[in-house]
Amino acid sequence: MEIHYQLKLSIQKGSIVLSNNIPKKDQKMNRREFFLNGARALGLTALGGLVWSAYVDEVSASSLLLRPPAALNEKDFLKTCIKCGMCVEACPYDTLQLAKPGDNMPLGTPYFIPRDIPCYMCPDIPCVPVCPTDALNEKLVTTNNKLDINKASMGVAVIDDNSCIAFWGIQCDACYRACPLLGEAITIEYTKNERTGKHAFLKPVVHADVCTGCGLCEKACVTQKAAIFVLPNEVAKGKAGDYYIKGWDKNDEKRLEKATSKTTTTKISERKAVDSLNDIGGLLDD
Amino acid sequence: MINLIKKSKFLIARRVTQFTIMFLYIAANVWGFNFLMGNLSSSKLLDTVPLSDPYAVLQMFTAGAVIASDVLIGAIIIFVFYMFIGGRAFCSWVCPVNIITDLSNYIRRKFGFNKILKRQPATRNIRYYVLVLSLILSFFMGYAAFELISPVSMIHRGLIFGLGFGWAAIVIIFLFDLFVLKNGWCGHVCPIGGFYSLIGRFSLIRVHHNHENCTACMKCKEVCPESQVLFMVTKDSIPVTSGECTNCGRCVEVCDDEALNFSIKNLKKETK
Repeated sequence: MEIHYQLKLSIQKGSIVLSNNIPKKDQKMNRREFFLNGARALGLTALGGLVWSAYVDEVSASSLLLRPPAALNEKDFLKTCIKCGMCVEACPYDTLQLAKPGDNMPLGTPYFIPRDIPCYMCPDIPCVPVCPTDALNEKLVTTNNKLDINKASMGVAVIDDNSCIAFWGIQCDACYRACPLLGEAITIEYTKNERTGKHAFLKPVVHADVCTGCGLCEKACVTQKAAIFVLPNEVAKGKAGDYYIKGWDKNDEKRLEKATSKTTTTKISERKAVDSLNDIGGLLDD
Repeated sequence: MINLIKKSKFLIARRVTQFTIMFLYIAANVWGFNFLMGNLSSSKLLDTVPLSDPYAVLQMFTAGAVIASDVLIGAIIIFVFYMFIGGRAFCSWVCPVNIITDLSNYIRRKFGFNKILKRQPATRNIRYYVLVLSLILSFFMGYAAFELISPVSMIHRGLIFGLGFGWAAIVIIFLFDLFVLKNGWCGHVCPIGGFYSLIGRFSLIRVHHNHENCTACMKCKEVCPESQVLFMVTKDSIPVTSGECTNCGRCVEVCDDEALNFSIKNLKKETK
């Protein structure tokens, strides 16, 4: 009640007024002032809202950052994270940090840079249960009621085979050895080195379905700028969509059980396909 | 000296509270002394009691986030505390930005800026517009809109986890309050203050004015960061009921005439 009262007065007079002794001769003027000031407030609010929303849109658009394990998808994560930093405090390796002004990331949200400090994949995942908002959701890293860090999906490692010296033929398996899921997330593929004719390439291959994105490989990479590096899932992974099914995979075929079909008719599909192909009308000059 | 301490007992108590809280947060992050973990957006007391910023949680809710029980309980605890006990005490007893704006205000008073420009060119209701706007933006953008730009969380988070360019926020607020608008940030713009103003009106701890003792020296109005709440000074013996009062107690300690005092709202009514 009181707020409303003050608000009304303030609009009438343009600033805080605590008495309502408005002289009568001013009352006609007041109506104009009221509308003018109302419009002004509306304009300023719209302007502020525009700048504000543009800024929020801008900072939340930076997708090239890696979240702690068990983070919700980026959109839900930004909604849910309250920016308290308890995951940062829980991390024993100081891997996680909160985005500061100047980092060009959504302010106050946790992220990590694997080339500096990767995620060391603690089996008890201390950063996740402390999250008060479930923006880091324990369920995403739980199998059979036990925390399982191997279920984490922070990102996926990608190899630039032009700068990876193993692809040159130099023997290096630093990333392969560093991988906590050795032999599963990164395997070594042997191929013949045609250049020398007698040596082998020992090429690292990342298996994106197993890789957790911890970044230990990126940290271990010996090249000047890491030739293997972690990208967020949304950036590095494609999506086949619903239209393709692996017929040889029983689990994938189950998707067909729920499939529904819909037949749409267009002007062309009214006729048989062959007719439509034979129709050259419109293609030739009359 | 003793008189000076006596004359600023609430000020000292407030600074001690503000610094202790920040120190406990920093100690938790740096040395793992987990008495109070997290920051002012959300924390955990003694590893068990969750405490959360109800305004941040409200924004998250409007943004469409699923509110977890921990943060909900924490928000309710804080909400109930300020609603029924503290009033808007967050602003003057906890928030670190208060130290910055109080400094601006102190300089303003010392150099007589307030006498040059008496009328402030903006309404104190901006904070309610910002509050409403933040919820509208949160709803449409799907993010807690004010949390992404809040210089308040930028500063307290910065002090605990690393400031980055956050010092710029400190400088901007300081200069804004010093040269642009008296009590500009805390008293006009900050929607957190607006939020606590709205819920703080119900709190039991209130400043009470006794107009028989008042000698109309107006020292209280000079130091008050929300001087409109002291409209009854010299006139009526009533408590300050506006939620915009931050319960900082500056008016109580500068009063030489025992005309202002803290009291508990309902008890006072009964004894009347």
